[in-house]
Amino acid sequence: MARRSSSGLTDKVEINMTPMIDVVFQLMSFFMCTLKVVSPEGDFDIRMPIAAAAAAAPDDQQVPPVRVKLSAAPDGSLAAIAMNGTPVADFDELRKRIVGLVGADSGPNSLAEKTEVEFDADYALKYANVVKAITAVSGKVENGQVVELIRKIKFTPPKKG
Amino acid sequence: MAKRNGGPSNTEIDMTPMIDMTFQLITFFMFVMNFSEAEQDDRIQLPSSQLAKPAEGVIEKPITLQLTNAGSVIYAGELVAVRDIGAYLEREKTVMIDENREPNSATIIVRADGRAKTGEVQDIIRICQEKGFERFALRAQYDDRR
Repeated sequence: MARRSSSGLTDKVEINMTPMIDVVFQLMSFFMCTLKVVSPEGDFDIRMPIAAAAAAAPDDQQVPPVRVKLSAAPDGSLAAIAMNGTPVADFDELRKRIVGLVGADSGPNSLAEKTEVEFDADYALKYANVVKAITAVSGKVENGQVVELIRKIKFTPPKKG
Repeated sequence: MAKRNGGPSNTEIDMTPMIDMTFQLITFFMFVMNFSEAEQDDRIQLPSSQLAKPAEGVIEKPITLQLTNAGSVIYAGELVAVRDIGAYLEREKTVMIDENREPNSATIIVRADGRAKTGEVQDIIRICQEKGFERFALRAQYDDRR
């Protein structure tokens, strides 16, 4: 009692911080070392059952598929694009042609929802071009908002050559 | 003077700001840490697309097939030739049937290199179709440039 009153408020219980700081720094270095920077990735969903075209019953609502032909140059780069047989200059024009065909409306039961795009790409074509083509037909970004166009996408069977 | 001579000289550092900072850093790293086992391989350079926005939902038990530039598939960490993936998919299918799941309910994530041949991607899709898989997700890197 006497001691307490004599030392007054300056009496301080000291906690040994060293072990805690050790552990905390260990934890921090663990998290720093295991950190893996993951770049954002997204998917284009495709539903492609085998021989669906042959098995599917003819439907009144069915809209004939849009055929997009992607031809490759000998080095695998894109040589030409054609939509339903007519040549298209680039992917921007392809998108404009798709919008012209199905309209800007992509809500439920719209033409854009019912239409299907079939890609017919050359075997040696670099895959990045196909992704660009899928991007062109499936929508566009307007003022930060994604405007969807066609969601049904399929590929023709691969042909070696 | 009297105090200094009396006891051992003890310069006290205020630890509080440092500990605060360190805990903040730990919290940051814990949040940023990716616990989901996203299969990403440095050998694959994904094509980029501004529409490839990360999906909100999680694909349940997907099968990831990664196609390299050279035309071989990375399946569960090992390099496999495209024509040989059928055997591996057959094994996946058996496991799925054991778990009472249909192969057509599973999603195959195709992470193909942008420089790979389209025909090889189509070959992969065809082999998967032959094994009864029909849902595919073509993966691309999200690119927000206009």
